[in-house]
Amino acid sequence: MPVADDTPWLDPDQTPLIRFDGVSKLFGSFTAIDDIDLNIYRKEFFALLGPSGCGKTTLMRMLAGFEAPTTGTITIGGQDMANIPPNRREVNMMFQSYALFPHLSIYDNIAFGLKRSSMAKGQIGARVDEMLRLTRLEQFARRKPHQISGGQRQRVALARSLAKAPKLLLLDEPLGALDKKLRQDTQFELMDIQEKTETTFVIVTHDQEEAMTVASRVAVMDHGKIIQVDTPPRIYESPNSVYVADFIGDVNLIQGNARSLPDGLASLAWAEGAPEIMGTAGEGLSASAPATFAIRPEKVAISVERPTDRNNVVQGRIHDIAYLGNISTYHVRLPGGQIVKAQTANNRRLSRRSLTWEDEVYLSWTDTAGLVLAA
Amino acid sequence: MNLARRTLIGIPYLWLVLLFLVPFGIIFKISLSDIALAIPPYTPTLDLSEGLSGIREFIAGLDWENYIFLTEDDLYWRAYLSSLRIALISTVLALLVGFPIAYGMANASPEWRPTLMMLVILPFWTSFLIRVYAWIGILSNEGFLNQFLLWTGLISDPLQIMNTSTAVYIGIVYTYLPFMILPIYATLERLDGSLLEAAEDLGCSRASAFWLVTIPLSKSGVIAGCFLVFIPALGEFVIPSLLGGSSTLMIGKVLWEEFFSNRDWPVASAVAIILLLILVIPIILFQKNQEKQAEAET
Repeated sequence: MPVADDTPWLDPDQTPLIRFDGVSKLFGSFTAIDDIDLNIYRKEFFALLGPSGCGKTTLMRMLAGFEAPTTGTITIGGQDMANIPPNRREVNMMFQSYALFPHLSIYDNIAFGLKRSSMAKGQIGARVDEMLRLTRLEQFARRKPHQISGGQRQRVALARSLAKAPKLLLLDEPLGALDKKLRQDTQFELMDIQEKTETTFVIVTHDQEEAMTVASRVAVMDHGKIIQVDTPPRIYESPNSVYVADFIGDVNLIQGNARSLPDGLASLAWAEGAPEIMGTAGEGLSASAPATFAIRPEKVAISVERPTDRNNVVQGRIHDIAYLGNISTYHVRLPGGQIVKAQTANNRRLSRRSLTWEDEVYLSWTDTAGLVLAA
Repeated sequence: MNLARRTLIGIPYLWLVLLFLVPFGIIFKISLSDIALAIPPYTPTLDLSEGLSGIREFIAGLDWENYIFLTEDDLYWRAYLSSLRIALISTVLALLVGFPIAYGMANASPEWRPTLMMLVILPFWTSFLIRVYAWIGILSNEGFLNQFLLWTGLISDPLQIMNTSTAVYIGIVYTYLPFMILPIYATLERLDGSLLEAAEDLGCSRASAFWLVTIPLSKSGVIAGCFLVFIPALGEFVIPSLLGGSSTLMIGKVLWEEFFSNRDWPVASAVAIILLLILVIPIILFQKNQEKQAEAET
């Protein structure tokens, strides 16, 4: 089954590399992790995404062995990880602060883990050289960590954590200390290295763009619970809750009352006297209950003339325009006071000059563009 | 701006000149003089009223014979060597006692650290002399320690601790322990905990992580602490004379006796100059260590 290689989580015959089984973690009376079940498969690039304090770092530290679950079991490669200390796990971690040993050279930092293993001396040198090549650090081998740049330190940390060829590599906000441009380059480098080494990566991040770019699957967390686990496109296009829709990317949210329609659609009564708006029915939506309509700004079209080919049309007045170069975002105020954002690509130079502040405009979208989610 | 900067830089130099170089020059001059039954007790003295010939006569009166005398009498060599030995052993003992204390402080919960720090500094609130006298009360044959050991039945005769080098070691380690603890604590407290986690993650046990990460990274604090104990211990005078009795030979004591018992200021000054030269070496090494540490942190 060729599909299984790319999407092992859809194949029931695949055994996961990591299995969380009813795992909870309490710090005193504070619940950091709340009854989590999660499977992560071999060669996955798995992202744990959430705001700070959501428990994603605790989850990762439990995989590394620095924290033990209060209840539940964690297995890695079929082995129960309870009572196995960090130094006896085939798991390595790249620390947020990089945690490079300041008294050792780059070479010795990378060799540190290998020297603790049973590897022969000659092989250690070869392995370190291989890691230096992989991370393009050959000419820095003799330097100390404080003599190289932040981006290079980040690569040393990666090389050091990959040197022992772990079953599982944990990355704790690996790109947090880099500036934006370097971060984007490094994201692709990370994906490249993950593919080359065929290691399972679990990355912790609060940066949704980063998670979407690098990960094969993303787990969105909040308050110690996993809200949704899915591929980046599905997380973005089919969020299972208002929380996920709001956390990932930009979204317009309109509150109202839902009514189920055939073909997996639903409509929402959102304002007195206004026609109902239509969208795809979200998971677990019950008929005639409070619900939220969620639609991405780039799926909302803006026009001066009333479009005739669409069911979902609302009228409003331009409140604000954000020109971002490649795209423009129009903030349109509806008669009821709600602000709906519509985004258009500026694919022709200055072509949208016709729209300006306080213009009366029509916003429209297709029947399936939005989602009606249980409130 | 430029003037203000020069003044600012000038102040420490002025301080150094007034409080170090000028007294050093005076002592050095005395060390080249001869003993005399006079006030002050040495010749020649500079008589400026006779003009240039007075200065010439004064310089002609100076010579190195006190230094030559120091090499001839083995008392001085033995005193220097004995001081070096006592200072060295005391430093090692202070390190052995101080490191675990500093380590414990650095690993205590943050709300306890100021209290522990306070406890380390607290003895400074009492006069140094009184604290050394208190040790006499503890260590003497009828002291608290012997009474306690006799009472427990561990010993049947009182231990002779007073007036031995053991008492001197106890006194020096006790007195200078805070100077050992504080710099080590400062480096250990700054140690990033994730470094130890990284070492464990890469296959170290707790103990080997301590040897491979904690010890090397506290090196600069250990070196600073050792110098801060070694340098004053080398010239220590009060502790050996109060606790060490006549059997302990230390250069500080010799110096005091030359000055005040023999009233031989020129020889005493020569002893002091040699002591300073011996101390310059560890002081320079100490400065180098501090510079290296500052460099590593930038």
